[in-house]
Amino acid sequence: MNTTYERQNPAFYALIAALVLMSIAPIYLMLSTSFRLNVDIMSETSSLLFFPTMQNYETVLCNVLWYDPGHIDYCDPTFGRALGSSLLVALISTGITLVVGCMAAYALVRFRFMGRGTVSMTTLIMRMVPPAVLLVPVFGIWTFQYQLDGTYAGIILVYVAMNLPFVIWILQSFIVQVPIQLEEAARMDGANALQVFFLVVLPVIKPGLAAASIFTFRIAWNEFLIANALLDRNTRTVPVTIVNSLTEYDIDWGVIMATGMLLAIPPIIFTFVASKQIITGMTAGAVKG
Amino acid sequence: MTTANMRRMTPYMFLAPAAAFMIVGLLYPVAYMIYASFLDWNPSQLIGEADWINLRNYVSLLQDASFRESTVVTLKFSSIVVTTEMVVGVGLALLLDRQIRGISVLRTIFILPMMIAPIVVGLMWRYMYHPSVGIFNRTLKDWGLEPIPWLSDSGWALTSIIIADIWQWTPFIFILALAALQSLPRSALEAARIDGASGWQQIIHIKLPLMMPVLVVTLLLRLIDSFKVLEVILVMTNGGPGLSTEILSLRIARTASEFRELGVAAAMSNYLLLLLLALTIIMFVYNKIVEAREAAVRQAAEEA
Repeated sequence: MNTTYERQNPAFYALIAALVLMSIAPIYLMLSTSFRLNVDIMSETSSLLFFPTMQNYETVLCNVLWYDPGHIDYCDPTFGRALGSSLLVALISTGITLVVGCMAAYALVRFRFMGRGTVSMTTLIMRMVPPAVLLVPVFGIWTFQYQLDGTYAGIILVYVAMNLPFVIWILQSFIVQVPIQLEEAARMDGANALQVFFLVVLPVIKPGLAAASIFTFRIAWNEFLIANALLDRNTRTVPVTIVNSLTEYDIDWGVIMATGMLLAIPPIIFTFVASKQIITGMTAGAVKG
Repeated sequence: MTTANMRRMTPYMFLAPAAAFMIVGLLYPVAYMIYASFLDWNPSQLIGEADWINLRNYVSLLQDASFRESTVVTLKFSSIVVTTEMVVGVGLALLLDRQIRGISVLRTIFILPMMIAPIVVGLMWRYMYHPSVGIFNRTLKDWGLEPIPWLSDSGWALTSIIIADIWQWTPFIFILALAALQSLPRSALEAARIDGASGWQQIIHIKLPLMMPVLVVTLLLRLIDSFKVLEVILVMTNGGPGLSTEILSLRIARTASEFRELGVAAAMSNYLLLLLLALTIIMFVYNKIVEAREAAVRQAAEEA
């Protein structure tokens, strides 16, 4: 790149520094709390210096660790199990949403057919449905009609349906940019519709797929309300266990912050690895061009 | 099947899986909820056993003081949050729209708060607002000031959750506004600069009007999303103290799980849905108008 950078005045850098500090400070606080013992957290002198300890993380992960941490009398397996459930649910629902959403977005962009307008309008409207609104019907139907309460299949179905509108919306804006000549050339060479889609279109829209998968994963990974209503003791996801361990008084801040940190790590990693795709996904639709 | 038939079937084949998922997981539940809102139904009954009570759920909600209170809290929360975030976010975008080193790192840091689970965001803020170990009250104490009852006082609680939401979502507006700014036609800005327009004149007469379509969509998206906020508030205050932070989606969740009145919760969901539907339709219509106008301008340019 040979863009020339303008010289800015010091106040400008001060502003940027303040903004960065403001957005990072709460996350840093959580991180540092998760490395402290409760004695340190509660002590009056809020020192910046403290002995970092892994104890909180050991407490949380006790049943998946390969060694026995010395300070634990009783190992509570809730969180380790929840972590497994969360991973499973988030990964599978992301996979399904992506494949299904991609095909739908492609059909919406490339073909003119009856009912095309209605489909994209419904997609847009469905995007606004808040999870709280789905709570009552999902509880009723999943329990009494689909018999899927407490199962992974049940929650995955909800997440796929919830995420599809958004994924279709994002992917449409990427597929529009695929040059139609590319597809026509493939078709001339005798590829059928499915081959064109999987071998020509998909590779070109990889950045869009990355953005869409991060958004889907994030929702499935972070969602609480419906998971709380549907899942039972054995299938609970991490957000549900966090809220359950929050009591009015006497919160074990060190442990809960360690749990929170573990829940926050995957999204943070995605953000640093693929911030460009995330921003593209965020701006797609609102900002054209 | 002939080839022509295959052609015609292709789009439907591509759409079928998505349609199936959305009908089973989204459309049918929403239809079911609309039906349930006319029932007197609690979770221990099958839906078939519940009594049909016409519009009674809707009518009694309108007379219910705590529902009205929730509505007021929701509207207050959404309007304050969205206004502040728009002003701050767009302002920052205008300020930071320069060629500086490391702008991409900056954007990465700014999107962090949005990516982290709302549950965790609530947790962080609850910790910071903690009366004795929280950083805010500690700092106040170090400066010799009175501690503030951030979450335990009904006057402060709403302010506290608003601050947390502003922290989490201002970056969203900032990033969209910045993207809009950077896609503005350079020629218009160049022309203004040559004509001697000052920084402020450029912003008010050129940048803001050109950004307007994006800003309106951003505003509506954020407004719709602000009605969906739930987990952050649930973790911080659980709607209390009293009803001071109980926004509608939280009240729906509580009506369903604590008070066990599914019919009422469904009716409440419908009110919320109607509100959001209105907003979405406004957005859709606005988009169509902008597109039509752009097409007209383009046509005029071609004819000239």
